[in-house]
Amino acid sequence: MYKAMINVTLKKSVLDPQGQTVLRALETLGFQDAKDLRVGKFFELTLEAQDADQAARQVRAMCEKLLINPVIEEYSFQVAKEGNVPKS
Amino acid sequence: MKAAVVVFPGSNCDTDCYHVLSNVMKTPVAYVWHKERILPKVDLVVLPGGFSYGDYLRTGAVARFSPAMEAVKKHADQGRYVIGICNGFQILLEAGLLPGAMLRNRTLRFVCRHVWLRVEDVHTVYTRKMAKGDILCIPIAHGEGNYYCDEDTLRLMQDESRILFRYCSEGGILGDAYNPNGSTDHIAGITNKKRNVLGMMPHPERASERILGSTDGRMIWESLFEG
Repeated sequence: MYKAMINVTLKKSVLDPQGQTVLRALETLGFQDAKDLRVGKFFELTLEAQDADQAARQVRAMCEKLLINPVIEEYSFQVAKEGNVPKS
Repeated sequence: MKAAVVVFPGSNCDTDCYHVLSNVMKTPVAYVWHKERILPKVDLVVLPGGFSYGDYLRTGAVARFSPAMEAVKKHADQGRYVIGICNGFQILLEAGLLPGAMLRNRTLRFVCRHVWLRVEDVHTVYTRKMAKGDILCIPIAHGEGNYYCDEDTLRLMQDESRILFRYCSEGGILGDAYNPNGSTDHIAGITNKKRNVLGMMPHPERASERILGSTDGRMIWESLFEG
């Protein structure tokens, strides 16, 4: 079994009203060091695969078919054997 | 003309659309459950508003894989008519039948009120009884109606006159103050290259009878049925 950690954010060219609202809230709370913020999505997926390469291929296909909308979103991911999950 | 209304789990404007088509426009209409793989023989398919699949993942993202959507695509490919209203528009975008995508409203708020729309092009079966520049009063009710597309797509749609409705003031002026959700180029409704598919965020079915305060939405049905 493999575990995939998939991060999805809006493309840089797409305005993120949610991220801007959260950034302004941080500023209001006194976190003046916060300069930019994008709100995204995180998927934690367990899947069967023969090896990490095959798992990565599967994850990419899933992202492109359903998990992300390429018009507005971009994604990155990591895969690891289950029980061997990369620490973030 | 015969019509079908596709019902997804979470659709909530399906009966409104059925009512207007059947009782107001006197058109034969059938419900189609989203699991159906074959549509009845109809000229018009309506994808109604609502929250299909609870808006999980992205609005319309799961509904677009419903079995009925394959049949809707075929129906559209054959040049027959498809209207997606609100969530129906979002499903058409996710399905790739129309270009672009929806983002959260600029204000992050769900907006439910009547808005003004300017008719931008009358060379479609949906707008042929209108005049360019006509102002329609039709309600919106959505949290994700902030239409987005890249610049090339926008230019293409502008060049091909595929933007059918823009949000405007009561007098027809465009401006951020009259754009309820932050949509690119004030877009409220668009059509495809073949001009047989319409996607719009406002709800014409909620503005088709005098008792509901506006009958401007009827212009769309009248264009379709009495053109």
